[in-house]
Amino acid sequence: MEISILFLPLIASIISGFFGRYIGDRNSEIITSVFVSISAFLSIFVLYQVIVNQYEENIVIATWINSGSLNVNWSMLIDPLSAVMLVVVTSVSSLVHIYSIGYMSHDPHKPRFMAYLSLFTFAMLMLVTSDNFIQLFFGWEGVGLCSYFLIGFWFKKESANAAAIKAFVVNRVGDFGFALGIFLIFYLFGTVNYSEVFQQIPTVIDKNLSFLGFEIKAIDLICLFLFIGAMGKSAQILLHTWLPDAMEGPTPVSALIHAATMVTAGVFLVVRCSPIYEYSPLILNLITIVGMTTAFFAATVALVQTDIKKIIAYSTCSQLGYMFFAAGVGAYNVAMFHLFTHAFFKALLFLGSGSVIHAFKDEQDINNMGGVWKKLPYTYALMIIGTLALTGFPFLSGFYSKDAIIEFAYLKGNTTGYYAAGIGIFTAFLTSIYSWRLIFKTFHGNYNNKKVSIKETHESPLIMLIPLVILSIGAIFAGFLFKDLFVGHGGENHFWAESIKFLEPLSLEHPPTWFLLMTPCLVLLSIPIAYYLFVKNKELPNQIANMNKPLYKFLINKWYFDELYEVIFINPSKKLGLFFWKFCDGKLIDGFGPDGISSFIKKCSIKANKFQSGFIYQYAFVMLLGFSALLTFLIVK
Amino acid sequence: MTEIGLGHYLTLGAVIFSIGIIGIFLNRKNIIVILMSIELILLAVNINLVAFSIFLGDLAGQVFTLFILTVAAAEAAIGLAIIVVYYRNSGTIRVEEIDKLKG
Repeated sequence: MEISILFLPLIASIISGFFGRYIGDRNSEIITSVFVSISAFLSIFVLYQVIVNQYEENIVIATWINSGSLNVNWSMLIDPLSAVMLVVVTSVSSLVHIYSIGYMSHDPHKPRFMAYLSLFTFAMLMLVTSDNFIQLFFGWEGVGLCSYFLIGFWFKKESANAAAIKAFVVNRVGDFGFALGIFLIFYLFGTVNYSEVFQQIPTVIDKNLSFLGFEIKAIDLICLFLFIGAMGKSAQILLHTWLPDAMEGPTPVSALIHAATMVTAGVFLVVRCSPIYEYSPLILNLITIVGMTTAFFAATVALVQTDIKKIIAYSTCSQLGYMFFAAGVGAYNVAMFHLFTHAFFKALLFLGSGSVIHAFKDEQDINNMGGVWKKLPYTYALMIIGTLALTGFPFLSGFYSKDAIIEFAYLKGNTTGYYAAGIGIFTAFLTSIYSWRLIFKTFHGNYNNKKVSIKETHESPLIMLIPLVILSIGAIFAGFLFKDLFVGHGGENHFWAESIKFLEPLSLEHPPTWFLLMTPCLVLLSIPIAYYLFVKNKELPNQIANMNKPLYKFLINKWYFDELYEVIFINPSKKLGLFFWKFCDGKLIDGFGPDGISSFIKKCSIKANKFQSGFIYQYAFVMLLGFSALLTFLIVK
Repeated sequence: MTEIGLGHYLTLGAVIFSIGIIGIFLNRKNIIVILMSIELILLAVNINLVAFSIFLGDLAGQVFTLFILTVAAAEAAIGLAIIVVYYRNSGTIRVEEIDKLKG
């Protein structure tokens, strides 16, 4: 059963990818959707087993690498952590598959699209169910590859290709760190299997390594490298630039890969490696700082963006920051909880925005929308649910997970913890403002689109709405239902068992009541503020923007990260590449190598050619010379 | 008057030989001159042979000379025949224009 969870998406992908043209568009859509849905139901059953019967198993599918002391199995590890991820991945994936049938109905390459989606699902499942770092890395690269395929799915669009390459290259930076981390783990422990590595961790706590001339604790170095990998995949600040650009892909892709599943792989990695991270307070603090900076940075940028998908992309980036700082303060289970709830409401928001884009016939700028809430009642209602859940409106899923994060940050009790909690609350407020800005600008106010008349906008077909409805149920209830299971407030938490390690049990105290009330109050307060700013008094935001021109510029240009990288990395490497191409390869290697030798030989042969003049007297003379030389030689000898 | 000895004959032979050789490659005009230069070279050899034959009292050298003269006559005949045929074919026997030996 577990194995079929893993292989159904792969089989679906192969059928749809290789035989799509024979079985037809409709059949490929049905096969992929059905197979992935079966896999989703099985995953839910597995999670149920894990919850009720504490079911845990490591199913070895095959021996992958067996070389000297390196033994890598291709296996399927079922434990609470991977079971949760299984459910998140397969359920969101199956809904996205179904949604895509409607969304991609006008696209000529449906089987290819469905094949990529299923292949992605398979790779992601490989990632989450692995029991060693190598298989994890395989899945990690697999999802990266599928992400590349899907971002560049509309390959005729120049910008989509550029975005795909950018995502791939930026991820390479992170993957390089990740690979170094795996090498280091193998170097230190002689194995890459989780269980063996985690067992040996206490033996290397005091070990120091010298790296780039610094004496650094081995365990800190491992954690740092793994975290760099996680930063790349999860679009944390410094390596986040690919995520907003990745929105060039079709919207279902953004929902599945760039919101619900792939980008959370980094968080999953940190949580999976909690037995390592627990011994490295230094890197945990770093994770907290990076996470909270990302959360804040992305939220501020999202405030001023005008592309509906980019706003949600930055929002994803920001929420990933939350997950990381939850992990950073040691609340791995809370990070997983937020990952779980976030998957539902963010996928809902993305698919909802896809529905809006569909209604406006591929318009993405929220300035060109507005006033359509009566025309798109279902999409409107579902987007509202998604927004409420995202902003942490009381008793929806985001409320439980986000508040738990801020709470645990506060309870951490050190400076970073307080600081993170403060930033977390402020970011929650910003999140709420930009989310409502999106809703109000999209659905309220006047109709601003000139290309499509309001009569032409239409509600999406049922096949797109049903996944939205299911996701909205998740967005509403996931927090409430799973809170006790994931976080287990006020009591011991047995659910995670061995899959998450806490050196010190999480604090059981509660923060003061005023602190608990602060976030929900701010969130509630932000709705009228946003309503006033973006519906009632539309001039005010412009005035604020005009008054703070430099700040506005700074935000609209996304903190100038792209420009900065252009100057620091892209231009020098372009120059270096040109240097190596034009000078080293063109002039040196070709000049002395192939081209040089051939032109030298050509020159020589032209010279030699002159000897053959065809004149008898010259030939005779040469003969004579040769003869006399021979003769001289004989006489002298 | 100095006695004419072997050295004088050899010098004459060498001079004629050199004239023959120089004639071969300084000549740019007519291919018949090359033929004549070859005759000169052979004659120079003959002079040497005869001179040594007298000086050493060995008749073999003079016999050789007669043979060489015969061969040279035959060679001149064949060479001239070739030149005539060549002239018929290409319309010229100017040395500068005969460069068909080029690849």
